Amino acid sequence: MNPANYLYLSAILFSLGAVGVLVRRNAIVMFMCVELMLNACNLAFVSFARINGNLDGQVIAFFVMVVAAAEVVVGLAIIMTIFRTRRSASVDEANLLKY
Amino acid sequence: MSVLLATIEQSGSTGEQIVFWVCAAIAVVGAVGMLISRRAVHSALFIAATMIALAVLYVSQGAPFLGMAQIVVYTGAVMMLFLFVLMLVGVDSTESLVETLKGQRIAGLALALGFAVLLFAAIGNVSYNFAVGIDGANAADGGNVQGIAHLIFDRYLLAFEVTSALLITAALGAMVLAHRERHTPRKSQREQSEDRVRSGEPQNLPGPGVYALHNAVGTPGLLPDGQPTDRSVPEPLRGVSAAVGVDHEDTRRVNALAAGGAIIPGKAEDES
Repeated sequence: MNPANYLYLSAILFSLGAVGVLVRRNAIVMFMCVELMLNACNLAFVSFARINGNLDGQVIAFFVMVVAAAEVVVGLAIIMTIFRTRRSASVDEANLLKY
Repeated sequence: MSVLLATIEQSGSTGEQIVFWVCAAIAVVGAVGMLISRRAVHSALFIAATMIALAVLYVSQGAPFLGMAQIVVYTGAVMMLFLFVLMLVGVDSTESLVETLKGQRIAGLALALGFAVLLFAAIGNVSYNFAVGIDGANAADGGNVQGIAHLIFDRYLLAFEVTSALLITAALGAMVLAHRERHTPRKSQREQSEDRVRSGEPQNLPGPGVYALHNAVGTPGLLPDGQPTDRSVPEPLRGVSAAVGVDHEDTRRVNALAAGGAIIPGKAEDES
């Protein structure tokens, strides 16, 4: 089995996530797309670890997971705050930094 | 069938190939589904499927620890957090499909397609040495988990410590952002009861209407003059109960029963 197939899959998933970030306007769905892009990067890291025969790639993927978890916590809190003031989770509504 | 099984046993990679194609299909379908579903909840469920498929792919690539962490952290914690926020924001909210920027969708698709082509060209142009494999690295410390632990607590110790600072900062930030400032002091129980007496209606709200045929909280209760009252219905159900209305046939039958009459054959009995 050619390990490059994993890299192709990772490229496909990353591009789909990029389409989502560019096209969708619901902030929560955009966030999910960012998560998908991070996951695609993790898949690439794990594949590179396998191709190169050392575990460093897996450790980097582990750190990506940690940072993604922290990012989700803060990002969702921001989305909640915006929703509370503007009653909308659409990114078009939040065009001012205050109020 | 037996031939297929024999080939799988002979070369371990055929089994991996099947796992790869099945999980890759699930992952791509989940990602596309997340993109095209209008409701955010459906998107969340689609991407959860994608993440589980990716966890299986991690395990099949010699990373069982990451596979388990993927399931626990992503599908367990992150997606549940997403669903939690979705429930707070409102599950029913569907995204409007009106384009606010003209041609944004086409441009976004084209950009991502170009990006994918670039990535594919880059991946295709590299020559790999596939003979190495991950098994040797996994076996060096006695297992995958031991090997990762060795790296985290030895070579990447500083990064690991910084990670803890990041997590604490994120937790604090989420608490600060989600904290709602109280502008007025909280009413005490005594003030609440005094307000209630002053409002002129110190009694309880009327209970929901319980008829012999409709034993539901959404059924409005009847006032002494026979009129249905919306105030007996819990607030979220008010619009629904107004749409349903009071079935006067039912009230007639209930009144007849209360007056000591026999059961009047109605719609329900006719159907049975």
